[in-house]
Order: sequence, then C-alpha cells, then structure tokens
Amino acid sequence: MNDARPAGEAKQLEVHIERKAFAAASGGRLDVLRDIAFTLKRGEVAAFVGPSGCGKTTLLRIIADLDKDFEGNVRRADSISLAMVFQEPRLLPWRTVEQNVRLVAPDLSNQALASLLKELDLDAHRRHFPAELSLGLARRVSLARALAVKPDLLLLDEPFVSLDQALAARLRMQLSRLMRDLYLTTLLVSHDLEEVARLADRVFLLSPRPARIIAEIPLATPRDARSDREIVTMRTEVAKQIAEFAPPLIP
Amino acid sequence: MVRLVSLILFFAIWWLASLFAGPQMLPGPEKVMAVIIAQARTGELFFQVGVTLARVFVAFTLAMVGGTALGFLMGRSKLADSIGDPWLIVLLNLPALVIIVLAFIWGGLTEVAGVLAVAINKLPNTIVTVREGARSLDPRLDEMAKVYGLPRWKSLRHVILPQLAPYIAAAARSGLSLVWKIVLIVELLGRPNGVGFEIGTAFQLFDVTRILAYALAFVIVILAIETVVVQPIERRASRWRSKAA
Ligand SMILES: Nc1ncnc2c1ncn2[C@@H]1O[C@H](COP(=O)(O)OP(=O)(O)OP(=O)(O)O)[C@@H](O)[C@H]1O
Ligand SMILES: [Mg+2]
Repeated sequence: MNDARPAGEAKQLEVHIERKAFAAASGGRLDVLRDIAFTLKRGEVAAFVGPSGCGKTTLLRIIADLDKDFEGNVRRADSISLAMVFQEPRLLPWRTVEQNVRLVAPDLSNQALASLLKELDLDAHRRHFPAELSLGLARRVSLARALAVKPDLLLLDEPFVSLDQALAARLRMQLSRLMRDLYLTTLLVSHDLEEVARLADRVFLLSPRPARIIAEIPLATPRDARSDREIVTMRTEVAKQIAEFAPPLIP
Repeated sequence: MVRLVSLILFFAIWWLASLFAGPQMLPGPEKVMAVIIAQARTGELFFQVGVTLARVFVAFTLAMVGGTALGFLMGRSKLADSIGDPWLIVLLNLPALVIIVLAFIWGGLTEVAGVLAVAINKLPNTIVTVREGARSLDPRLDEMAKVYGLPRWKSLRHVILPQLAPYIAAAARSGLSLVWKIVLIVELLGRPNGVGFEIGTAFQLFDVTRILAYALAFVIVILAIETVVVQPIERRASRWRSKAA
C-alpha cells in the first residue's frame, strides 16, 4: 500500500532455467522448457503468451518453488511473499468465501477485507461455500485471496478465462488498479492479447513445447496512460510478432 | 417414523418368539425390562454399564488417535508404508481372542492389559481406513497451502484434517461397535466387573433374562451415543457439502 517506490529498481525475481523435462509415462523424457531467462523489477508486470501446452503453467510452478526438479536457478528477493492464482480456483470446499480469504491473510483488517470483496463484486457471496459458486465466481475468490496477502510477487495463470467479455473487462480494470496501488510485481500468463496490452509492461512470447522465449516486446507507455488507440496498436503489434515467429499458431 | 415401526416390529417378533421358546430359553421383552428396572434401582446396572463405557471410551480413543497418526504417516510416506505394512497384515489377521489372551498373559489380569488389548484390536482397521484417506489427499490444495506459506499446524488443521474427516468418521463409526464387542470379551475373560463380567456370571447361572437385560441396556446406551453425539458431529462436519449432492 505504501508508495515509497524504490528508484533503485531492486530485482525482485531472476529466472535462469536451462532445461526442464518431465519423465514421460511411456519412458523417455518430455522437454518442456528450454533456456528461459529474464528478470523482473519491483512493480513490473510481465506477460507470457504461448500456445496451449507449451509449458506456461510449468514455468509458474517452478517460480513458485512448487517444482524443484529443473536445471538452472530461480532467485527471488529475500523473504518475499508470494501469491498465485492457479489455473483452477483451488478453494477449500469446507470454508466460506470469507474464510478462504481469511485463512491466508489472518492479519487483514475487516475493513480491508470488506473493501476487497466489494471491489471484486463478491460481497453478496461472503458466506457462501465454494460448491455454491459458479466457476467465474470461484475464480474471483481465488483472485481476492491472492490480493489479500498483498504479495511481493503475484503469479496469475490465465485468471480471467471463462468469464464473459464485459465482466472480464471490468475485473481487468479493477486488477489493474489494485496492481498499481499495491505496486505488485506480477507474472501474468494469458492468451488474451487485450488483457496483455492493458495489464503488462513487457510481453514474452513463448514457442511451442519445449518453450523458449522467442521475443520480448516492451510496451513503452505506462500502463495507466494507455489510450484505447494505443491498446489496439499494441495488440496488433503483439499479434504480428506472434504471426512472424509461429505462423500456424495465431487465432 | 419408519424407524419406529421397525422397532415395534422387532419387539413384536421377540415377544412372539418368546411364546414359542418358553421363558427359560427366551424371556419376553416385558420380563427383560423388569430386570433392567430392578438392576437400575439397586444402582448395579449403572455401575456395570459405566465401567464398561469407561473402558470402551479409553480403548476407542487410544485406537483412534494412534490409528489416525499411523495411518496418516503410512499414507504419506512410502518408507513408513513399507515398514508398517507387514505389521499391519499380521495385526489385521490376528484373531481378537489371541490378542486378548496374550495381553493377559504378558500384562497380567490388569486394567491396562485389558484396555490395550481392545485398542490393539481396533488399531489396524483405523490405520487402513485413514491411510486410504491420506492417499487420496488433493495435492493441489497442498500446493495452495505451500504457495501461501501456511504454517504447518494451520495447514494440518484447515487443509488436511477436513479431507481426512470422512475417513476418520467411517473408522469411528465401525470402531464404536467393534470396540464394545471386544470390551465385553475382555471383561468376561479377565476383569472382575463390567457388562461382560455380569453376562459371564449370568451364563454360569443360565440366567437368560439377565444376559438380555445387560445386553439390551448397553445397546440402548450405544444407540444414544450414536444419535446424540456421533450423528450431530457428522452433520456439522459436512455442512459445506451442497445440499443436492
Ligand atoms: N506432471 C507432469 N508430468 C508429465 N508431463 C507433464 C506434467 N505436467 C505437465 N506436463 C506436460 O508438460 C507440458 C506443458 O504443460 P503446462 O501445463 O505447463 O502447459 P501450459 O502452457 O500451461 O498449457 P495450457 O495453456 O493448456 O494451460 C504439456 O505437454 C504437459 O503434457
Ligand atoms: Mg497452463
């Protein structure tokens, strides 16, 4: 919440993954990631775009320290607090919406919790259990949970997929504001170029599996200052680059 | 309502059967009731049932706590599973009577030996059930707890235990009935009081009415525990499941 942005640009995250492979069930190894290297500064938002199954979730899991079996190293700033919006909501079915958020953020004031739930349009569902929520609602709760911990590093795995256009647009705006206010360092995985153009500072294009970074596209204008025209230009630019590197993969 | 009819039917069949078998072999419900009341008046009934209940409670608690801990360990750790599995198979197949007799020989005719013998009889069954639960824990929720840095006790309490709860409840359910049956045998063989001891004495006197009186009284107590304690806990624990499911 504090706005003392260190001009020193401390590195929040340094990733050097040389190789990540899974043992395939049929024997042999399945290469998933190759030579992925980048760094993130505090407050920066990086978006990863790549074809389905290329290894985006695997990358996030390595960064979140859930998967240690890879060649290379990932350095996170000391005592960093982490939050992740998984590709599925992963709520605890036996806790209400409010209790799910509370579990990971016990120190959050009642007021802050209320305003966060309001922000994400969840206040009517505070006392509902996850089984009573639609998938879209559950995704929002998962997002609320991640934001509630005020993380130093936020990992988002396709957070707005399966929501309707209007709602996705509204949530995108709210998320963008929260990311700015909390000065969140964020890693966003997405297929939605509109989302990427509005939320990210830099875009990394990934190749099909094994994923490597085929292009890095900086989006120069500050996130808040982008006009709708610029967004369209950025989208086209990203789409063009995707087409250039991987012709058969554009939508 | 259906339960009530079924209960009345039970007593009707009992009463009819007692007419055929004669009061020596099978006394009617009214005679058994009279003995229950008489025994309750002297306080004898409450003492014997109380003693047995205390043994059931201690043995049950020991078996549930020990079995849950061991079952969880074996479900989570391959090593613990490999070490524990042969023991488990032996325990599962050892007849209750053998465990009881050995416990009394090695531990003397003591309270500790008796209660331990009962607990050991229930233990493997709890281990197997809870191990099943521990094996089916959702790794995705574990990852969630890890990413958010939940302290160990907190994730045990709020992430792991709720997933194990149905398995623990199943073990507890079957456990209560198993434990009280075995406690009676232990009392018959090596304790100077309790429902099992009373039934043993009545057996020597061929007093069928008294055998039925004590058995019935204890069944009623266990049924009461089941409806007043176990079921409400289960209902509370499964509140979050959506009604339709
Ligand atoms: N535990 C695993 N064992 C074996 N292979 C795996 C495992 N997890 C993922 N994979 C494989 O690794 C590849 C990358 O998976 P990943 O989930 O990272 O893709 P993704 O880019 O997130 O895809 P999507 O956009 O569909 O979510 C896939 O081919 C998948 O089959
Ligand atoms: Mg994925």
